Amino acid sequence: MSKILIRGARILGGEARDVLIDGTVVERVDIGIDADDATVVEAEGQILLPGLVDLHTHLREPGREDSETVLTGTRAAAVGGFTAVHAMANTFPVADTAGVVEQVWRLGRESGYCDVQPVGAVTVGLEGKQLAELGAMHDSAAGVRVFSDDGKCVDDAVIMRRALEYVKAFDGVVAQHAQEPRLTEGAQMNEGIVSSELGLGGWPAVAEESIIARDVLLAAHVGSRVHICHLSTAGSVEIVRWAKSKGWNVTAEVTPHHLLLTDELVRTYNPVYKVNPPLRTEADVLALREALADGTIDCVATDHAPHPHEDKDCEWAAAAMGMVGLETALSVVQQTMVDTGLIDWAGVADRMSVRPAQIGRLAGHGRPVSAGEPANLTLVDPAYRGVVDPAGFASRSRNTPYQGRELPGRVTHTFLRGRATVVDGNLA
Amino acid sequence: MLRLPGASPRTPGHLISAADLTRDDAVLILDTAEEMARVADRPIKKLPTLRGRTVVNLFFEDSTRTRISFEAAAKRLSADVINFSAKGSSVSKGESLKDTALTLEAMGADAVVIRHGSSGAPYRLANSGWIDGAVINAGDGTHEHPTQALLDAFTMRRRLVGADEGIGRDLEGRRITIVGDILHSRVARSNVLLLHTLGAEVTLVAPPTLLPIGVEKWPCEVSYDLDRVLPKSDAVMMLRVQRERMNAAFFPTEREYSRRYGLDGERMARMPDNSIVMHPGPMNRGMEITAEVADSDRCTAVEQVANGVSTRMAVLYLLLGGAVFNTTTVPAVTHSRPASATEENE
Repeated sequence: MSKILIRGARILGGEARDVLIDGTVVERVDIGIDADDATVVEAEGQILLPGLVDLHTHLREPGREDSETVLTGTRAAAVGGFTAVHAMANTFPVADTAGVVEQVWRLGRESGYCDVQPVGAVTVGLEGKQLAELGAMHDSAAGVRVFSDDGKCVDDAVIMRRALEYVKAFDGVVAQHAQEPRLTEGAQMNEGIVSSELGLGGWPAVAEESIIARDVLLAAHVGSRVHICHLSTAGSVEIVRWAKSKGWNVTAEVTPHHLLLTDELVRTYNPVYKVNPPLRTEADVLALREALADGTIDCVATDHAPHPHEDKDCEWAAAAMGMVGLETALSVVQQTMVDTGLIDWAGVADRMSVRPAQIGRLAGHGRPVSAGEPANLTLVDPAYRGVVDPAGFASRSRNTPYQGRELPGRVTHTFLRGRATVVDGNLA
Repeated sequence: MLRLPGASPRTPGHLISAADLTRDDAVLILDTAEEMARVADRPIKKLPTLRGRTVVNLFFEDSTRTRISFEAAAKRLSADVINFSAKGSSVSKGESLKDTALTLEAMGADAVVIRHGSSGAPYRLANSGWIDGAVINAGDGTHEHPTQALLDAFTMRRRLVGADEGIGRDLEGRRITIVGDILHSRVARSNVLLLHTLGAEVTLVAPPTLLPIGVEKWPCEVSYDLDRVLPKSDAVMMLRVQRERMNAAFFPTEREYSRRYGLDGERMARMPDNSIVMHPGPMNRGMEITAEVADSDRCTAVEQVANGVSTRMAVLYLLLGGAVFNTTTVPAVTHSRPASATEENE
């Protein structure tokens, strides 16, 4: 393989260095590297990060290839600076067997844009009744470590307890979509003053918080680790903070959209803002940012949820829930966390690469930018300002809440094991 | 213009929410409705005003009185009326709201009166670029029902102020009590907004389970005690309470609900003289209202139906005459096609 010299990039936002990639690994990090045989990437003023890792991506294949495929989803991931994504299990058929997770894993390998680590369903068909063959999924070629019924909550306390206990055998983690089903029947948006005015069914914060409270207690009881998907309320933050103060093995993620958008946007009845968990209040947004900054929330996860145009071009109640997020995640994190001074670029590396890779037990990702490490890298131009135009997305879907918004930062290059998947902002 | 805290953006050329109406807009509609009501007293109850215009009644939910009311209103203004109900239509075969709207647009609908089970559907119809015609919300989910609020206000003004004396006036200082399932009631939402705009003092009475989260921020008072509020009420609006709410544990039994929040003769006797009892219908006799009250002279339920036609005539007339609520200088009723928006009142 050829050599690549990234010249003058600020590593994790710190000092400018040259980084020489040879084949699949970082060969040298130094000042003034000369390499006549290398392709040079001039990166003065740019930030070099470990390749981003997403714990929560919906690639839709198999079953909903009209929304996204593993190929289009991984292309979108690469554009967003990701070198690895975890593919959620709510496909058709559900990824609840070794066969399906291996299919997704192989499609990811064939795509070549981004590593795809399948997430296995906790229960058969996501129905919450019978444990899926967690061991078989772990033992398969896909090597599943993260299990989730995401899209649905494992609401049966006994099933949740058993799952938490069972995955200890292979250091797995259960990622919970915390949503108490009875409290959210008919729910359309955050329950509050806005839902009352708009006449839309409320999704109360307590429906999330009560499940999180139960599950951190369960995880502590059985001595397992639990991961909380897409935290969205200030109360959820407090529960996770308390659980961590006890020394329990609890981790949590937050989506970019929950760091920026509020339920006030639902006043437009535009289904592009319909998402689960719903957009909450300004107070929740601020609490989530603070929690991501202080480490209560471990990482950012996109919950990239592509939907075809017709599933959003309709009335609110009929619309699908979810937003695409891979291609805008880093920009939203820069705007909400970096440009506000809450975290620096090293913090971004930690929350968008290091921690998600650790939680997913993903070898080769989230590593330091230093000699001998796999060359999974992301180069960002933080000074860039651009207006989001979904027409240019690599994703097959366009359901972004940021259309027409100006967001900072742009991924200029993404390297997957030394091979450029994105060059100058475009797919290689 | 009144807004609930952060109310939705205005929707000119349409009537989607009671929040779209300023005090002057609302009084203009009520005054126009008075003129329309006089048409009903004539031997020939028809004006040529909307001849050649097409009004579509687009009803995705079962409704008898509202649909008939809009149909009568449009026909009395000589509009061509197309009734579309979802039952037995292509909607039941999976056609979307957007596809239906595009079909109506191709047919040249000047106004679409929409009733839909999903809150916000009229707003989407008016703001998605699917159609060019005026959109009138005839009830969407648990969101709003602005023409019901207008006809209720019209009924109150007639009864509490007087048909002729009320012209040009609002409901300043009138004390209105709305009782029942506020949580699921689009009628209550629209009424709170409109009555506040018109200067009335509104009190909501319901068990806490049937009040929306955040209701304390609405421009009204809230009480759990009907008996304390009745003596200070110029009008008491009883809302229909669906029996299935009991099964969802909003209240323990029908009997308990009736005892605590139902209006019977004994309670009505505690209301001030000349006060009225209202009901948007259909009534659950024996649940929220006894037959004795429903059939009394104080109860305006039947009048409300008649007033609904006049009020909806006014709304259709003004909107199809080019009114953009909140920025209006609107024509008075003429007996020809709508005048331009700058013409003086007669």
